[in-house]
Amino acid sequence: MQTVKMVVTGPFNAGKTEFIRSVSEIDVVSTERKITSKAEKVKASTTVAMDFGRISVDKDLVLYLFGTPGQKRFDFMWEILSEGMLGFIVMVDSTRPETFREARSILETFRAYAPTPYVVAANKQDLKDAWDLEDMRIALRLDKKVKLLPCVASQKKSVKTILLELLYSILEEMDAAK
Amino acid sequence: MVFYTSILFDAPHATKYNAQLGVYSRIRYESVMALKGNLRDFTISQLLNLINIANKSGTLVVDGSGETVSVSFRQGKLAYAQKSQEDNSLAAILYRAKKINSNQLQSIKMRGNQMNDKQLGLMLINANYLTQKEILVCLQTHYINLLSGLFTWNEGNFKFENDMPPPSDKITVHIGLENIIMEGTRRVKEWEHLQDEIPSLEIALKFADRPGTNIKNISLSVDEWRVVKYISPKNTLTQIARAAQLDDMQMRRIAYGLIQAGLVEFVRSQGVTARPTSISMSIPAANKEEQKSLINRLITRIRSL
Repeated sequence: MQTVKMVVTGPFNAGKTEFIRSVSEIDVVSTERKITSKAEKVKASTTVAMDFGRISVDKDLVLYLFGTPGQKRFDFMWEILSEGMLGFIVMVDSTRPETFREARSILETFRAYAPTPYVVAANKQDLKDAWDLEDMRIALRLDKKVKLLPCVASQKKSVKTILLELLYSILEEMDAAK
Repeated sequence: MVFYTSILFDAPHATKYNAQLGVYSRIRYESVMALKGNLRDFTISQLLNLINIANKSGTLVVDGSGETVSVSFRQGKLAYAQKSQEDNSLAAILYRAKKINSNQLQSIKMRGNQMNDKQLGLMLINANYLTQKEILVCLQTHYINLLSGLFTWNEGNFKFENDMPPPSDKITVHIGLENIIMEGTRRVKEWEHLQDEIPSLEIALKFADRPGTNIKNISLSVDEWRVVKYISPKNTLTQIARAAQLDDMQMRRIAYGLIQAGLVEFVRSQGVTARPTSISMSIPAANKEEQKSLINRLITRIRSL
């Protein structure tokens, strides 16, 4: 049995757990704790170690999705989770521009861990306060070549598109390396 | 932390509101207790605020990582400051402020043993070389810079020695603390912001392939030029800062400015060993066709979800 993994990362409350939950065939193994910090109390619980989802491809191949903890004080987990990843997805909450700088910083950190392909998912695009994608690209200082994709993490179809785009990027990189 | 809250009333007089009379009355507190602790628990702005409000006189000694800064106050005003690892003589301060050249510095140093700062200042004024105002402005700037530098210290033991005056042979000034506190607070915010943007100086910069700004329209300061000439994926920001004789904050500020201007971008320093790329751990490395086949299987499966 061969296993491959992708990592879903991003700032606190970007929608990483929701994203994995939408496509995982198992109940997401979540290591969530109640939030105690007042500043971060925009939701009731947060991921402290990792989320873990699975998609079986066939009898010989399984894809694991790992969600990283969003709070900075758990960033010691990031490097461990990035080990051996096929690629990664940076989730960004389109309605919270105050998290964009952190998203950029997380992106750079993961690029430093492993220069694997990645895409940026602009989550919560269904909300009225969501930033326009091109504005987000500027704010996140993303090169035009980087895929910045609209996303609604609670919708399976949207999550599928993000995963597929990451896989296409991996294929493109393989072709380019020829 | 060895910080006694009672020192809050260490001022010769504190005030208390008398509700019946509707006025503030002055109270005298007899006991004078040591004001000491750690900047982690009691920040420099809180300390200065206390010294300012309580009109305190004495010397604040702060021990940071390998550095000690002493700052003296008179009646809540800044009077004098010195750093342990620095030449704090008037001659050295004037030289750093480019008011005298290196030959003049050497010549003063040769006679230095017979002359203290006050005598040297008087001699320079009498020789019409510098005015009293010029000397005082240099000293004020130097003292304020030393004190402002403390705002970025997160760690360090402090002790306020009541009634310990500045050294008698040093020239003192009389500067209110309000503006220093405001400027220092702004500096702390800037420092935090720069630390967020550039968390470590163990990274390198490279010139952007297609800079987002028209280079012809950019004018760089002397310090920025000093940084620019060292920019290379081989040099970490720490190395550049050392070569250009910049402190952490100056280095971060310049690097941030150049990044924002689109002139440079981060790159992993070639001197730092990159972690081996992990993709081979997940995908069969031997055969590219096998790798592609695996990705295509994943694509087919995801499409079918």
